[in-house]
Amino acid sequence: MDIVLYAIGALLALALIFGAILGFAAIRFKVEGNPIVDQINEILPQTQCGQCGYPGCRPYAEAIANGDAINKCPPGGQATINTLADLLDVEPEPLDAEHGQESVTKVAFIREAECIGCTKCIQACPVDAILGAAKQMHTVISDECTGCDLCVEPCPVDCIEMRPVDITVRTWSWALPQPNHGKAGLIATDLRGQTV
Amino acid sequence: MNAIAKSPHQDLQSPVAGSQVIASSERKIWPLTGGVHPEENKHQSTSRPVSVPPLPETLVLPLSQHAGLPADPLIRVGDKVLKGQMIAKASGFVSAALHAPTSGTVTAIENRPIPHASGFYDLCIILETDGQEQWCPLAPVADYRQLSPAELVEKVRDAGISGMGGAGFPTAIKLAPGTAINTLIINGTECEPYITADDMLMREKADAVIQGAEILQYMLGAQECLVGIENNKPEAITAMRRAAAGKNIDIVVFPTIYPSGGEKQLIQILTGQEVPSGKLPADLGMVVQNVGTAVAVKDAIVDGKPLISRITTLTGDALAAPQNVDVLIGTLAQDLLQYAALKTSELSTLVFGGPMMGFSVDRMDIPVIKTSNCLIAATEDEFPAAPDAQACIRCGHCAEACPSSLLPQQLYWHARAENHEQLMHHNLFDCIECGACSFVCPSSIPLVQYYRASKGAIRTQEAKHAKSERSKQRYEDRLARLEQEKTEKEAKRKANAERAAKLKAAKTTEQTESNANAEEDPIQAAIARAKARKAAAAAGNSEPASARQASDRPLSAKQKELKVQLSMAKAQAKKTERALAAAEASAELKGDKGDIEQLKSNLAMLNEQVSKLQQAFDENSQYSASKDSAEKPVKAAKPALSDNEKKRKVELAMAKAALKKAERALAAAVESNNGNTESFKQAVEACQANIKRLETEASEPPAETAITPSADAKPSAKKAKAPLSDEAKKLKIESAMANAAVKKLQRAIANAGEDELDTLKQQLVAAEQKAAELKQGLESLS
Repeated sequence: MDIVLYAIGALLALALIFGAILGFAAIRFKVEGNPIVDQINEILPQTQCGQCGYPGCRPYAEAIANGDAINKCPPGGQATINTLADLLDVEPEPLDAEHGQESVTKVAFIREAECIGCTKCIQACPVDAILGAAKQMHTVISDECTGCDLCVEPCPVDCIEMRPVDITVRTWSWALPQPNHGKAGLIATDLRGQTV
Repeated sequence: MNAIAKSPHQDLQSPVAGSQVIASSERKIWPLTGGVHPEENKHQSTSRPVSVPPLPETLVLPLSQHAGLPADPLIRVGDKVLKGQMIAKASGFVSAALHAPTSGTVTAIENRPIPHASGFYDLCIILETDGQEQWCPLAPVADYRQLSPAELVEKVRDAGISGMGGAGFPTAIKLAPGTAINTLIINGTECEPYITADDMLMREKADAVIQGAEILQYMLGAQECLVGIENNKPEAITAMRRAAAGKNIDIVVFPTIYPSGGEKQLIQILTGQEVPSGKLPADLGMVVQNVGTAVAVKDAIVDGKPLISRITTLTGDALAAPQNVDVLIGTLAQDLLQYAALKTSELSTLVFGGPMMGFSVDRMDIPVIKTSNCLIAATEDEFPAAPDAQACIRCGHCAEACPSSLLPQQLYWHARAENHEQLMHHNLFDCIECGACSFVCPSSIPLVQYYRASKGAIRTQEAKHAKSERSKQRYEDRLARLEQEKTEKEAKRKANAERAAKLKAAKTTEQTESNANAEEDPIQAAIARAKARKAAAAAGNSEPASARQASDRPLSAKQKELKVQLSMAKAQAKKTERALAAAEASAELKGDKGDIEQLKSNLAMLNEQVSKLQQAFDENSQYSASKDSAEKPVKAAKPALSDNEKKRKVELAMAKAALKKAERALAAAVESNNGNTESFKQAVEACQANIKRLETEASEPPAETAITPSADAKPSAKKAKAPLSDEAKKLKIESAMANAAVKKLQRAIANAGEDELDTLKQQLVAAEQKAAELKQGLESLS
């Protein structure tokens, strides 16, 4: 009988100790907010273009964390969708055409002769990449431009265009060789059952 | 595409991996992991001595001949330069200077094709040679031991030396590693087939190599110096041994195997140590320099000559006279190939660099740069087109051949799947792109191409990620800034409201006080009214005058406005036109015409508007032009008039503003009395201050007293006794505030448009009056 009491006592003591530790840890290491949002935000391209229908990348990250679709980001393209699918352990889907198409990286360019200095594009730029002042010519800091397109619409004289970013000697890289053995597959055993 | 010299006789089944330690007469050496034995093809270019080709008419000098940032030009088009003169300086830490290889004139700085796998153009300095070969003044060092290593490193940096083995890393950086260096290794391996530039250099300039090695050893403070040479260069070994006799330099000979010339591979062969992944040889206390670099360092220190020429191998079956040449940097490939008797009809591929790691180019007007060690003009038979890649048969030869002990098959699959995470996990970036795996692959899979492409893709992605991080930061900073601006505005608004309430309360007290001296009030009011009437009349007269003046100017405000409207309307019309086109396109598919009709009518309306605006604008400009010519004589009188006019306007404004302010004060006082007792208390305090001031100053009550005083503030008037110093302080603050307001308004007037000007002027006058009043009060107090 004693043994049973000891056992119960010992278990009780252990339960109390671990309960105390867990209780302490729950307070001490409490995580504020939803950490998955940060991870999703990290993957999104941060163009802040709003093509997803949300006013920036972070709001979209929050929406994804709350169950929105992951295929609404045209600037990120399929690569971003795949990474998100990996992170969230869901099936990757093709890009939702409703929100735009994946295209080459572009940056805004102001045709400076036509600029009237209205500052409307400066206010629209989410990353402060347009330089200028009222009644002064504006220009785009192309290194900081995310190519979000948001400055094009507000321009009253239509002097902003999106130009594709040129590849230079320093940004060029080799292309993957085109596998010319489509019928052969990745490894030789893939040919099983076929006549070559 | 890298051209792989694959001999049909090559036994693909036996990639050689030395398995036992090979003893040499002097030093123990270690075997290389993996490696292959491609056919050497070195004898063709070693039968002739190194020669100097004739001076070309034009030299093309790319600004980016090294790893890192491109050099920064120091000269302008049209400048005359001397041989050895610095024409572009290093633009950062990882960069190298560029010098004129001969004397001549700079004819252009423009984009030209450069030796790069991409085939792109890049910025080059074009030098027209004058044949004088006139040197700029040189600064040779008689005894390099007199200088400190740091001074010597600076000389090497100024000489524009970058690694001559192929990678082109600026040498000066490698010579100041920041860690203690024990071993200097001079790389005379030259393991790539076809290339014999280092072999010929060691044969003909062994003394210079040894001298350069000694200087490098002194600069690095290295205890030992090893020169590694493959055993397929007996003449070079003999020459080097002779030159190194009696010196603290070891010539180490080891069996020929590709790619023993890689930096990390050579270290492994000579010392048995492996450079850990992601580390540099300097972390092991070692520095590896090419023999060509050693000679360049010797030239820079002992002769004071910068790097302006190099030894380059010209070889390949399409050349009748394959040989090595001591060529000026910037000489075009076509000139060199001509010199080596190119058989144009037989040329099929022109390769820069060796057959294993070089790249082919599709034109001949490409210059030789600091890293160009070889030009191969190959025939069709020599470099046949790569056979079609077959499926992987999982033979594992690539893994045996890999000198970096990687798993090429795994890398291949992950590269095809573009699985970058797995590629990193398999240490893709430890791949030296030697091509041994592709060379042994029985399925002819271009493995190394996959790795190069994947490396590029990963680097691009990393750059993208870095940019998105920066964008995120900028976006968040912007949000924070907007938020801050908003709160600041809010706080300012609140503070203004509070201050206004205070002032109003003070004024009501004033009014109560002046009510007591009621007999003065009617007079004051009458004066104010009269002034107002007068000023109003004056303003009424001046208004049209100013309007006329405005339209007289060549481009009036009205015209400007019209112009902006016009361009805006034009833009809108353009946009609608585009929308219409899009709608039409889509309508063809859907058969829906409603939108189009609407858009069309919109467009018509807009076009009409545009033409109307255009007309208005034209009329306006014509009108002003005619007016200009008609009224020119009258114009001279106008500036004088405007001065007067201003004064009258100001007077008018004074009266109006005073009126408005008093009204506002009244309203505010009532409001604060009803709801907010705290602010009322403050107001009462302010009232006390004002009462005290009014008591002390015997001046006339201000114009505001003309308004019916507020009864709310009355009781506070009775307890108006406070220490004098406090009053003075409060008055001072108020007066300072009033002065600030005056200044602000003045600034606002300077920036304001025509329509705002009047109201601003009024405000200014009122503020000035107030400031004067307060000043007066202050003076009387003190």
